[in-house]
Amino acid sequence: MLETRAVPLKYDEALESALSRIESLLKGSYGVSRRAIGLLLLQGDRQVEKQVSEQDAPSFAGIQGIVAEARARYNQPLSYVIALRQQHEVKRILSATVTAKAKVGAGFAERLSRLMMSPITGVPILIIVLYLCLYQFVGVLGAQVAVKYIEDTIFGEWINPWVTELVTTYVPVTLVQDLFVGEFGIITLGVRYTFALILPIVTTFFIAFSIIEDSGYLPRLAMLIDRVFKFIGLTGRAVIPMVLGFGCDTMATIVTRTQESKREKVITTLLLALAIPCSAQLGVVFAILSGNVMALLIWVLAVFLIFLLVGYLAGKVIPGERSSFYMEVPPLRWPKLSNVMVKTLARLQWYFLEVFPVFIIASILLWAGKLTGAFDYISSGLEPLVRFIGLPPETSTIFLYGFFRRDFGAAGLYDLNEAGILVGVPLVVSAVTLTLFVPCIAQFSVMVKERGVKTAVAIALFIFPFAFLVGFVLNWALTSLGVSL
Amino acid sequence: MEQLGEKAEELLETLWIKTEEAKQDSMALADLPAGEQEPVAHLKEAGYISSSDSRIKLTDRGRAAASNVVRRHRLAERLLADVLGTGEKSMHERACRFEHLIDPGLEESICALLGHPKICPHGKPIPPGRCCQQGQRHGTKLVASLSQLVPGQKGAVAYVYASGSNQLQKLMAMGVLPGAPITLIQRFPSFVFQIRQTQFAVDKEIADTIYVRLTDQEDESAAEPARHRRRFGLGRW
Repeated sequence: MLETRAVPLKYDEALESALSRIESLLKGSYGVSRRAIGLLLLQGDRQVEKQVSEQDAPSFAGIQGIVAEARARYNQPLSYVIALRQQHEVKRILSATVTAKAKVGAGFAERLSRLMMSPITGVPILIIVLYLCLYQFVGVLGAQVAVKYIEDTIFGEWINPWVTELVTTYVPVTLVQDLFVGEFGIITLGVRYTFALILPIVTTFFIAFSIIEDSGYLPRLAMLIDRVFKFIGLTGRAVIPMVLGFGCDTMATIVTRTQESKREKVITTLLLALAIPCSAQLGVVFAILSGNVMALLIWVLAVFLIFLLVGYLAGKVIPGERSSFYMEVPPLRWPKLSNVMVKTLARLQWYFLEVFPVFIIASILLWAGKLTGAFDYISSGLEPLVRFIGLPPETSTIFLYGFFRRDFGAAGLYDLNEAGILVGVPLVVSAVTLTLFVPCIAQFSVMVKERGVKTAVAIALFIFPFAFLVGFVLNWALTSLGVSL
Repeated sequence: MEQLGEKAEELLETLWIKTEEAKQDSMALADLPAGEQEPVAHLKEAGYISSSDSRIKLTDRGRAAASNVVRRHRLAERLLADVLGTGEKSMHERACRFEHLIDPGLEESICALLGHPKICPHGKPIPPGRCCQQGQRHGTKLVASLSQLVPGQKGAVAYVYASGSNQLQKLMAMGVLPGAPITLIQRFPSFVFQIRQTQFAVDKEIADTIYVRLTDQEDESAAEPARHRRRFGLGRW
């Protein structure tokens, strides 16, 4: 054990006597001083309690007695009493060693911070941030400019013709040719989707997210939005997984660990699975609806209302205590380029390890499905559902894609729009339905890991019919209102 | 106001709660708790209560006196609960004894110290005194919850009044402990405050639990000229 010459902080008599009695009873080896263990026991640390109950089983009851006795002597919890004493000591040391220079007036960063937190200026700033980061940077630069270039030029002119020629020249069997370069070919579907559609979109999102994260904007957003989130049974703290969800819902579902209570974790997981489109979906939706402001607005409004409605109902239904909101508001800082790059790369690496294999496997499964007829069977099974919400039967394919990955389905939507099959009201309806539609395989598996099978399955079983119901209602509302887009 | 005996004050209190809060028209003598019947004759004579058919009710004069007794009792409860940390069990009993020791001058000091509280720890209204109206007009509270401050007001944490250990943990994590200098920065949509060198955002629920002993603006700048700051100009963070 590390020998230090530190002078222990003295507490008052009652605590000191309890501490020395506990210390004399501790015989196990804990890796830290017995006094530290004693202090943690007095403060009610569950983990240390468990450790002591195992290592010092015979004297544990006696130790518990001493702790209870010490507790009874104070009106406040011992953790508070101990914190007060420590605080006092810190103040004493600081006042003797540290002097703070007064700074006159508020700097630019502090003034900007106030503007971000005041609702009058903060909400417009939020809208500007969303517009610039999500719409312009991810939606236009990522999902339109970059996708177009990689898709049309890199894949369309170079890779696809080259690979197609290569495969058709060297592999004489059409069946195997299709596996690589057919409609659902590994190269023409899996690789192309991954690199031409998803890569530019997620990359731009992760860059934008890292910049926002490092600037310190998120806590300001959290305090701004806390009241709205209280309405859906959450607190402003949930803003971090929610915003990350706009990048990748799978990653965001893991981040729900930072939530305080089980209830909040479940609500956040549900909303992430249902109403938070991931960056690939977002990028594709922006791309296909960008020519039509009305259609884009309907999509935003529909998804946002569903978010509020389901959140509100979930907040009412899911049991558990409501948490109160608290969060540190760190100073605003200029993001460092190197940090942004490192974080973006790390997230991209995680993302591609996750997504690339799934895309390849999905391509193979779709190819096999097509070959065996299973694909047509499921597709035609989905057709009545698709018709029910007023969509052309071809769209059933993209819902099938959606099972494999959210972004996969979104990418299919992009193709159908390009082909001119999906336009107008059905395009908006399918965009909304697909946004709400089942969480992708990766997200579902993380939901099972984080929330347990029962909750994950219950969420998926709720979302599936609900998404189609919303699609139906939206289609009905838009057509009976005579909306033409 | 003449000094009434303790028993007379207890009777006025009981009667006030029955007629003013429970909205009964009058109270049967037989319903009085044992020991409180004794001062009835004296109170009637002094014009605090009137009676008919063995039922009693407060006169205007009696109502004013009784509301003052209730006020002192509930202020005492507030003081015991918030400042002295007395538990729920012994609070009422102690407040009963305490209320009789509070004279008008002390009553106003306690009321101001507590930030002119509106309800007792049990959630019943505290009848407002003269100081409450004046205090609200001039905004001269000594102790007020963070949620009652206006942006720019500063002070030191007087005490925290957390409802559970969970909330207490949060307050401790933020360093919200007695003596810490604290300034409210913003009230809406969330409460933002600066404590020492750090800013935090909290909801009303938490802001309600932090009681601040206000320091007069001039006083503080006079005492600590080096730390004088512009109203919205918090330099260090």
